[in-house]
Amino acid sequence: MSNEEFSECTVAFSKAKSFYARYERKDSLQHQTHYCPGCGHGIVHKMLASAIDDLGVQDRTILVGPVGCSVFTYCYFDVGNVQAAHGRAPAVATAIRRSRPEAVVISYQGDGDLAAIGSAEILHAANRGERITVIFVNNAIYSMTGGQAAPTTLLGQKTTTTPEGRCAASEGYPLRICELLSTLEAPVYIERVGLGDNRQVAQAARAIRRAVENQVRGLGFSLIEVLSPCPTIWKMTAVEAQHWVRDVMGKTFPLGVFCDRTKDRAPLPRPDPPPALDEIPRILGVADEAATGPHATSNAGAISAQGRLSAPGRGGPELRMAAGTEIDLQVRIAGFGGQGVLLLGEVLAEAGLGAGLQVSWLPSYGPEMRSGTSNCHVRLASHEIDSPLVASPSVLVAMNEPSLRKFDQSVRPGGWIIYNGDEFPADCARPDVHVLALPFTRLADELGDARASNMIMLGAVLEIAAAPPQASVDAALRRLIQRPKWIELDERALALGRKLLRESFAEGPPAAGLRRWDGVEVSNESRT
Amino acid sequence: MRKHLMKGNEAIVKSAILAGCRAFYGYPITPASEIAEAAAEFMPKTGGVYVQAESEVAAINMLYGAAAAGVRAMTASSGPGISLMQEGISYMAGAELPCVIADITRSGPGLGNIAAEQGDYHQVVKGGGHGNYRTLVLAPHSVQEMADLTTRAFHLAARYRNPVVVMADGFVGQMMEPVEFQEQAVEAPPPPWAVTGTAATRPNLISSLHLDCDEMERHIRALEEKYRRAQIHEARAELYHADGAGIVLVGYGIVGRILKAVTAEARAAGLNAGLLRPITLYPFPAAHFQRLAAHARVFLVVEMSNGQLLEDVRLALNGERPVEFFNRMGGNVPGHEEVLRFVHEQARRHLPGSSVSEHGSPGRLPALTPDEEHLVDV
Repeated sequence: MSNEEFSECTVAFSKAKSFYARYERKDSLQHQTHYCPGCGHGIVHKMLASAIDDLGVQDRTILVGPVGCSVFTYCYFDVGNVQAAHGRAPAVATAIRRSRPEAVVISYQGDGDLAAIGSAEILHAANRGERITVIFVNNAIYSMTGGQAAPTTLLGQKTTTTPEGRCAASEGYPLRICELLSTLEAPVYIERVGLGDNRQVAQAARAIRRAVENQVRGLGFSLIEVLSPCPTIWKMTAVEAQHWVRDVMGKTFPLGVFCDRTKDRAPLPRPDPPPALDEIPRILGVADEAATGPHATSNAGAISAQGRLSAPGRGGPELRMAAGTEIDLQVRIAGFGGQGVLLLGEVLAEAGLGAGLQVSWLPSYGPEMRSGTSNCHVRLASHEIDSPLVASPSVLVAMNEPSLRKFDQSVRPGGWIIYNGDEFPADCARPDVHVLALPFTRLADELGDARASNMIMLGAVLEIAAAPPQASVDAALRRLIQRPKWIELDERALALGRKLLRESFAEGPPAAGLRRWDGVEVSNESRT
Repeated sequence: MRKHLMKGNEAIVKSAILAGCRAFYGYPITPASEIAEAAAEFMPKTGGVYVQAESEVAAINMLYGAAAAGVRAMTASSGPGISLMQEGISYMAGAELPCVIADITRSGPGLGNIAAEQGDYHQVVKGGGHGNYRTLVLAPHSVQEMADLTTRAFHLAARYRNPVVVMADGFVGQMMEPVEFQEQAVEAPPPPWAVTGTAATRPNLISSLHLDCDEMERHIRALEEKYRRAQIHEARAELYHADGAGIVLVGYGIVGRILKAVTAEARAAGLNAGLLRPITLYPFPAAHFQRLAAHARVFLVVEMSNGQLLEDVRLALNGERPVEFFNRMGGNVPGHEEVLRFVHEQARRHLPGSSVSEHGSPGRLPALTPDEEHLVDV
């Protein structure tokens, strides 16, 4: 070729714009990659960088690098780079893409990374249809760690951990990721390509470009598996390795498109803009204006610790607290699941809060709930509550006999037991504790619904405690119970509970030396 | 602001969103599932992301991705799930990525049970993952603190570019108490180091890989320097009647609440007892212990684990004062009465005569003064 002829030639191959001009993140030899001669990564990198260039998305691209030979992708790709833990790139990519919908997120993984330790992450990212692109470089072996067996190692293939060759009986069969993932409904595009000859390489370039393009178009999950040579670990020449990809690997891992839903899928609509910052407290239900809303806790009837505690419009019976008394109501509520144990406690606590008291509500939880019994601790106090655990309740609400037997000994002397049953078990009787034992379930049934028995019992508790005021209880009911029919029934149930307690008490104290619910002695003279 | 009666687990999520958190990735586990449920409800409504991950391993790596993309992100789990997250926590500490992890602890080892315990102390406070790192750990003892310390956790995570754990037991997660939230939601723009898919952030790299030994050592020393700064500025504890106390009770989380009741009862019985409640478990409030050691005759550690907090208390006191220990485990909670008995026993052992009443000396309780209430050091 003469000089004139040469000068007319143009350079056909140049470094893609999406590669760094110089690999400054490498410690040495910054003009070349760290890959071995004949390695497939260099070719795949170039295809990917060209696709990013072609689609004009260099600034938008975020490449998630794996653990394996391609751990250093960030040394070469001039895009946003995030290096991930072994196998976790699809999880990392998921979150990046979900929070940055304008980004083009590419997970680049080897076969150990994707098909072994990261098999769960890739399966679920694919199944969720994450809008990411996955480049899966399969060379049938763990190369970076020196040639151990991979899930994609061929039957009979020798590795340092299958020295006699992979045996199906003990190591199972090569894992075919494309076939596996193509059984899912969410993925948009799955193709296996190879680097076994020039024709295969050309197809690989097209497939990789398409997988990135799918994401740019806003379509879903795309994965390209690339059968790739590893001459160093396979102990072959570069040419032998390329032929092995085509002639041997290709038999176990047939090339082709396994899934293509690009024509059926519409691009995902753009997400709605986020609400204004000022709107957030309202959305969370914690804004101040919520206090004027229909379900808000009303502070009507709020009382101070020094104020007289009595429900509006009612004369207080003797059990009510005297003016100026400190409030420290400790209640344990127990029963079967479904009896409304937790709701009873919640209405009491919510009403206490509405009345300006300190409150705590602590449920039993977990299998205890599922196995049928349930209990909770509620405290209402005019001072700071130290422990929310109620070890010695001033009032025990026992909705069934097992609950009574479990907790009756814990009630503090002078306290109360509200028991749901026709007859109080004689062996549970204590001389130092007041008892109100009634068939509350039947009473509730007569009232309209057996499920309101918890509110009758709550009515009795409120009457004993003389706190919080009825207005706070009404407001709490409206906040916690949505259906008007139930609110009406519960209000009647509460009133009935108060009445039953008063009537029961009018018949005389259960034992001599009556004590108030909080344990303070009350002389008979004070009862008018 | 108005007070709301709310579960601790729900307060965490609302507080997180107000603090700018816009991504939640998690996996259900009792007793932390309400956090995921609340996040599933409120994240999408506030422009955030919620994904139920396939495992805790995936969840923490999703946090890694979200944090790398400059988004305030959180997850929640309990003992066994936190164990699975340790790999990712190590990577996040290594890559200096902020996130908040709520650990609503349960009983272990193994499947254990779902009742409240504090056996996660070592794996959370000492950093259960590999390598030279720490997580900052906050231990709320009330629903209000679930909200306040979650807010604080996001600030610390951003300030130190490090995972922060809010470690609470099942009681604090499950119970309802009145809670007040910050009035304004915070905007959290992506920090300049994040990779957000823009021209400006294209040169950014998130990685924990440092192949060169000297470079790796420099990186670790820089992390150490960060933790040293946190030790100076971020250690917190509540002192409850503790200044000048002869007997100092020590406990965190729900135990802190029980010990407040016990402290009050012990004082009513005439003992000069006080409570030191660590609010930060890492950095450990060692200086508070040192200060109280001047007057205290004995420190009584109460925990719902097998002496894990005890080790840090001993390290903080460095042999200066005797440390006695009471614990319950398996989901059992220390009862007021048994702890009170323990306090009286130890008082007899360590405060012989117990008749000295001059200020600062151990012994019988001097008359209460109004300013002895709640010496909260936050």
